[in-house]
Amino acid sequence: MLPHRKKRLQNILLLLGSSFVGIFLILTALNSQLDLFYSPSELNKNNLPQERIKLGGMVKKGSIKYEDTKVLFVLTDFEEDLDIEFDGIPPDLFKEDSGAVMLGSFDGNGVFVAEEVFAKHDENYMPPELSK
Amino acid sequence: MSNKIINRFASAKTYIETCDKYFLFVFIPSAVLIITGWSWGIFIAPPDAVQGDAYRIIYLHVPTSIYAQLIYWIMAAWSAIYLIWRVKLAAYLTISAAYVGLLVTFLALFSGSIWGIPTWGTWWQWDARITSTLILFLMYLGLIALHDSFNNQNKADNLMSILTIVGCVNLPIIKKSVDWWSTLHQPASITLTDNPAIDPAMLYPLILCIVSFGFVLISMGVLVSKIIIFNREKNRNWVKNYG
Repeated sequence: MLPHRKKRLQNILLLLGSSFVGIFLILTALNSQLDLFYSPSELNKNNLPQERIKLGGMVKKGSIKYEDTKVLFVLTDFEEDLDIEFDGIPPDLFKEDSGAVMLGSFDGNGVFVAEEVFAKHDENYMPPELSK
Repeated sequence: MSNKIINRFASAKTYIETCDKYFLFVFIPSAVLIITGWSWGIFIAPPDAVQGDAYRIIYLHVPTSIYAQLIYWIMAAWSAIYLIWRVKLAAYLTISAAYVGLLVTFLALFSGSIWGIPTWGTWWQWDARITSTLILFLMYLGLIALHDSFNNQNKADNLMSILTIVGCVNLPIIKKSVDWWSTLHQPASITLTDNPAIDPAMLYPLILCIVSFGFVLISMGVLVSKIIIFNREKNRNWVKNYG
């Protein structure tokens, strides 16, 4: 390779390397702030956040109950559980033993009042016959 | 010797001649394969146990998402070739690919949003995967805008190539976003290391769609690059005598 081309290649690698280092430092600093939601075990039960947050986890098996227009259920990450209350219609894919993400805030009694509920689905795809 | 080979492949004239010669060999398969792939995916593949028929938009979403990232990697390689060897054709191809990349990234975001409504219950969330893909879309837009904002074409090529290479940092973030952070988007179904988490009856048409999108995008890229090259080299004799 000719010397001036080698120099340009070195410059490109330097540019690429420094960009990657820069973005790595930014991402390391932001770390968990880039998470879309908190999981139940990340919250301190004695000092629940006051502001609106997003929570995510699995809907505990057998925990969904309907009261009037409200949906009550337990969100778990298999370490901690949280009681959730949602006044509205959850998406079709919202069901027990399946992932969910919700936006809302805690009331005074440690119950998370969701304003919106989103269903998370996993990466597995299979025909209905095979899933039985 | 090596310079001779590079010069031969670096000529825009040779590129156009080669494209003209073989265009139908790419264009016809692209039409046949995409129709076969989508028909297979929409009419023959079974519905999903959880999502029913809604999952079928995967046959648009996954190919467009893959090429949204792949096209950027290719552009970065061409940019490096342009910056090191000063091969003008590489710069022409980079800016041509940016237009195709802009379109497929838009399609990836759009199809993802449509898919999100019946499954997630929302068409947009600022999760790491969706946001980093939006940044990729803005990168394509920014590269095109940057390239268009100079009267001096060489300067435009130079700066676009440099910015393309810097923008590479976003690609690993898109890829790993679903593993590094909690997101609404699910992790990858098809990986190099594990068995696919998708049933073969749904996977085969998906692979066909991915392959056919390659042909479609190459056809599209060739047409865009012809416009770009004729415009850039319009004062050259071979363009004046073309056709």
